[in-house]
Amino acid sequence: MELSEETLSRIEDLIPKYPEKRSAALMVIHLVQDELGAISDDACSWIAEKLEIEPINIKELITFYPMLRETPWGKKHVRVCRTLPCALRGSYGTCKVLEEKLGVKEGHVREDGEFSIEFMECLADCGEGPVVMVGEETFENIEGKNAEKFADLLIQEKLNTSKDFVSYENSLVTQSPVSKTTKKK
Amino acid sequence: MIKKKTPQERRIILKNADKPAYSNKLACYLKNDGYSMLKKAFKMKPEEIGEEVLKSGVRGRGGAGFPAGMKWKFLDRKSGKPIYLICNADESEPGTFKDRQIMHKDPHQLIEGMMIAAYAIQAKQAFIYIRAEFFEGARILEEAIAEAKSKKFCGDKILGSSYSCDLVVHRGAGAYICGEETGLIESLEGKRPNPRIKPPYFPAVLGLYQCPTIVNNVETLCNVKHILEMGGEEFSKIGKPNNTGTRIWCVSGQVQKPGYYEFECGALTMGEMIYDVCGGLLPGRTLKAIIPGGSSSKILRADERFTGKLKDGTEFDWGIDDIPLDFDGPASVGSMSGSGGIIVMDDTVDMVEAMANINAFYAHESCGQCTPCREGSLWMKKITTRMCDGEARKEDADLLLSVANQIEGRTICAFGEAASWPTQSFIAKFRDEFEEKALNGNTKPPLQLI
Repeated sequence: MELSEETLSRIEDLIPKYPEKRSAALMVIHLVQDELGAISDDACSWIAEKLEIEPINIKELITFYPMLRETPWGKKHVRVCRTLPCALRGSYGTCKVLEEKLGVKEGHVREDGEFSIEFMECLADCGEGPVVMVGEETFENIEGKNAEKFADLLIQEKLNTSKDFVSYENSLVTQSPVSKTTKKK
Repeated sequence: MIKKKTPQERRIILKNADKPAYSNKLACYLKNDGYSMLKKAFKMKPEEIGEEVLKSGVRGRGGAGFPAGMKWKFLDRKSGKPIYLICNADESEPGTFKDRQIMHKDPHQLIEGMMIAAYAIQAKQAFIYIRAEFFEGARILEEAIAEAKSKKFCGDKILGSSYSCDLVVHRGAGAYICGEETGLIESLEGKRPNPRIKPPYFPAVLGLYQCPTIVNNVETLCNVKHILEMGGEEFSKIGKPNNTGTRIWCVSGQVQKPGYYEFECGALTMGEMIYDVCGGLLPGRTLKAIIPGGSSSKILRADERFTGKLKDGTEFDWGIDDIPLDFDGPASVGSMSGSGGIIVMDDTVDMVEAMANINAFYAHESCGQCTPCREGSLWMKKITTRMCDGEARKEDADLLLSVANQIEGRTICAFGEAASWPTQSFIAKFRDEFEEKALNGNTKPPLQLI
């Protein structure tokens, strides 16, 4: 298992923030998963050694928490909220459109690894449902016809340049005059 | 005809969040008198702050509505063990999206509230446990904390005093149960978030690393700053007795203008919220039901009459529109205001489908520690999903009720109640729809919910 210098140094900075090393487990797993896409058995052992615990103590987290992965999602991972408030605004229809357009079923990764779709439980943005996340960004009111246009732009890689779909995160920046410096990398 | 006046928001927590030129940067916060209450706090004795919070009567904004000042009082200060403060930013109750606004748009308000609280309870270290789906929220908080540290508003020797308290952002990983405070603590210790049994594991006595710990919601901690600004006494005059302060109500579902609205507790009724504030229902629709406090709270039927006695002895006879929006209003009609998430459903909704949607949520989120909840939540999901697939049976309503009744009160944490209350109330209020499914088979509902 190979990790970049940056990830390694972030892990080193992180662990001493906690009174007990084991507490850093979720945060270290996030850093490793962000880089590798999933947590392999090797990664489990490596993290466990780092935190002075057993590999099973990491494995039991990976197999419990919904956002931790043993196999990676696609390059572009699309999360669709399916819980009641979003469903009342049509999120089941949104998911169907995305499945058809992106050519992959919910819960799966497309064969070429390009896209994956996942039904999520409440994403805490219920006032603007249906809510769809692409990677780390949240898009709102993606229902009906909107969903088709959204999928087209996503496929053409024009989503981030489109004025029709400004993500929640980006709209925070356009509302206020500060530059977006919080984005990592 | 006299036009009724629309109730006006009173923004305290969200006072600045949506102002056009307002940003989440420290410079902007300082321009708006930021951290002045932290300075005031450090001139007070820690226990004096606790007294103000107690006097304010502020109740927890996470869902249970327990008085925050009382929670602080329970803190075991004699053990000699370090004390911890945790901000519960795991906002996951379906229908709730208020903490998101605070953290993204006004993170320093939360940090200031937390550092005042940390000083008041003399915490050794503080954590913000934020749900992992808030990627940007976590980054904003990290950056705000770095800014605050550089100006000595948190971290080492705060404001040049001898008190230090480090603040760490900790991300969850997509599990609803981490919003339960003892589950959150287990998760923060790097374990599976299986909730702990109370007694003996009250966080205020045996919390993080078995040390005394206070866990408060984001909105509650922000309120601490305003309590200090006004004084507990003045704060307690906002809203109504036993329902003090403002609340950020989150309205979702089938209304014209869903969104978050901050009002004094009890300042308006459910009807005013739906029709005056949120612009009413979608064109041509009629109201069918409302879930008043996040998906765990019991559903209310639009044509119900609610009668009974309030705590102060006055009798009430309300329709759904008359229910006052505060802590006690929804509670007095057999539901709860919970996390403030109001979910509105109109006549296009098939109640069995809605039930199946909610049951799928709880089946997915049960931690699996207690048998009644692990098995029961899955059975309820399977039964309601089967009903929606055209396989409904005559006895299903009773079967669902029996499963729900065998979960409630038989689990370590309140998730058992959260999972069974929806089923119990849906069957109680809409039994006719459950029975009709068995009689008429599956008529395709206009809106797919499962």
